[in-house]
Amino acid sequence: MQRYYVERTLQAIVTVVSVMSLAFFLLRLMPGNPADAYRAELIQNNPQMTQAEIDHRVERKLNVIPDAPLHEQYVNYVTGLLQGDLGESINEGVPVAEIIAEALPWTIFTMATALLLSFAIGVSLGAMMAYKEGSYFDNGFSVGSILFNSIPNYIVGIVLIWFLGYRFELFPTGGRYSTDMEPTVALLEPLQTLAFLGDAVWHAALLIASYTVVAAGGWALRMRGNSIQILGEDYLRVARLRGLSERRIATRYVGRNAVLPLYTALLIAIGFALGGSVILEQVFTYPGVGYYMIEGLEARDYPLMMGVFLVMTVAVVLGVYIADLTYGIIDPRAQTRGGEH
Amino acid sequence: MSERSERTGTEPLHAIEDGDAFEAVSETTLTRKERYQRLLDRWVLAPGRIVWSERRARIGAGIILLYVILGLIGPALYKEPRTNQGPRSIAPLAEGLAYPLGTDNLGRDILAQIVHATPSMLQMIAAGGLFVTVMGVTVGTVAGYSGGRTDRALSLVTDIVMTIPGLPLIVILAALLEPQNPIVTGLILTVNVWAGLAREIRSQVLSISRHSYVEASQAMGLSTPSIIVKDILPNIMPYVLITFVNAARQVIFASVGLYFLGVLPYDSVVNWGVMIDQAVSGGAMHVASMAHWLVAPLATITLLSFGLILFSQGTDRMFNPRVRARHASTTGSDDDPTGAGDGAATTGAGGGVR
Repeated sequence: MQRYYVERTLQAIVTVVSVMSLAFFLLRLMPGNPADAYRAELIQNNPQMTQAEIDHRVERKLNVIPDAPLHEQYVNYVTGLLQGDLGESINEGVPVAEIIAEALPWTIFTMATALLLSFAIGVSLGAMMAYKEGSYFDNGFSVGSILFNSIPNYIVGIVLIWFLGYRFELFPTGGRYSTDMEPTVALLEPLQTLAFLGDAVWHAALLIASYTVVAAGGWALRMRGNSIQILGEDYLRVARLRGLSERRIATRYVGRNAVLPLYTALLIAIGFALGGSVILEQVFTYPGVGYYMIEGLEARDYPLMMGVFLVMTVAVVLGVYIADLTYGIIDPRAQTRGGEH
Repeated sequence: MSERSERTGTEPLHAIEDGDAFEAVSETTLTRKERYQRLLDRWVLAPGRIVWSERRARIGAGIILLYVILGLIGPALYKEPRTNQGPRSIAPLAEGLAYPLGTDNLGRDILAQIVHATPSMLQMIAAGGLFVTVMGVTVGTVAGYSGGRTDRALSLVTDIVMTIPGLPLIVILAALLEPQNPIVTGLILTVNVWAGLAREIRSQVLSISRHSYVEASQAMGLSTPSIIVKDILPNIMPYVLITFVNAARQVIFASVGLYFLGVLPYDSVVNWGVMIDQAVSGGAMHVASMAHWLVAPLATITLLSFGLILFSQGTDRMFNPRVRARHASTTGSDDDPTGAGDGAATTGAGGGVR
């Protein structure tokens, strides 16, 4: 068991380092080599600047020392990243870390809400479907879940924004909150805070809904499968013979055992939801991290793109890591198998 | 198990023809034709029947077939989309069958755009699906079968690739490589999808390689590649089919999404994602009379994806050893009444091992 933890930790570290290296080489391979482009721009606009000054500016912007040997550049880049220095956005002229820090809470807010909602809805629906296996209820919702799960979430998003945003004008079609709204989160001003939070939820509602509808279908199908499998187990018959109430059987015996395997999937999904936000945030012009990734791409703002990519990767690595380490605590059965992963 | 050992047995027995005990067995060796027939039964007819017996898979296969036909012969039969080929922004069927799905704001026939976008989408799906399958099966089988250090190294790589968030990575690669060719695009879109398959296949292979017939083959001194090809691969094939379908879905989701965002470059390519993008920016969401422009590509993607997921759900039954065994034995007794049916049934039961 000890060894498993050590190996798992090493693996997480290796993953992060590999992705950082990948990012470094991608950044250098990017068309139009951002370092050269930026340097040319500096030379053109500031003829009086010395070579050293220019190099220094380029270094600050990209974490890459121009003309230095590759390994030196690499070390410099990685040390920068480890200190939270993601370089400077070429277009906005501010550190990438600042842009991400400002956008990330919004993405976390929408994606966490969407994920938890879809999980709650999916799991309860899936459990009910399993209990009534073969009924009209089960068949209807199974087909519905498959159908919703087969549509990309951005298509649901486009349809929602089309009808509820433009046609019926029930929801805003972009932004984090209304322009006339002062962002207030303070205990002393409960009314303003509530109004602001309500406004933010209202702006995020369609985005959250389009993720939730699609993901809930997937959770429901998986939960249904797990529950049906458990419903056939012997210990359930024993529980019935012991005269336990149906309610207790449903929650303690079936529900719990069917949900547990989904725990790992849920934590992994957190990371991937971040990645999935790229298209959704664009559809809803919602300035979260995914939105800035495409912004960065369109403006050829490579440090910004790479910054978002790295942050998302670290999020996934952390999610999967925590899932793997804690699963044994949540489901003791896994502990004996733990080393085999 | 009899049929399997018989099959794996024939080859080495040819090689070692000196023992009397072995020669007795070699009389039952199958002719080449019989062997092909049996392969056909196992790989085409039996799965085909299972697919056909399940309603979901049948509907799914029908939908997929429809798109394949559309992609293969549609462009030859139906006119190419061109600017000003018809009046601008007309509703579906407004002028009879001249523009069945209407036209967009540049007067291009919408059905023509959908039809002519299909071949490149199919190429993309085929390239992506093949890449995922080949990579996943190779890495997964080698890791699972060889174990030890090779397994650890491959598993580490697999885990790393799996952890990298796919969409952002694809976005960056697309910006870096600016793929125009649908086949290259297909490869980029599935750059990290193979890892999931490799991991699943590894665990399947781990359990299969503990079976007695694999040990028997090892004891007979068969080479590792031939054990992998003859004993292990047949057992994971149904699973691979499902993954191919899922990879196809992934390719569709990602490509349409990225064309919609304008991340993937397009000059000449017509694509459903590009159509959505143009419809959205052309105001199809605001003007009710333009709705068909947006509905057409949305419906096209949704239907294909629905077909793929139905198919993969339906073929899930091929996992079920009993279903497989039943069908394998009917196929066997239909085409080969010499009693190989029983053997096939046993293989089927062993074949579905999870």
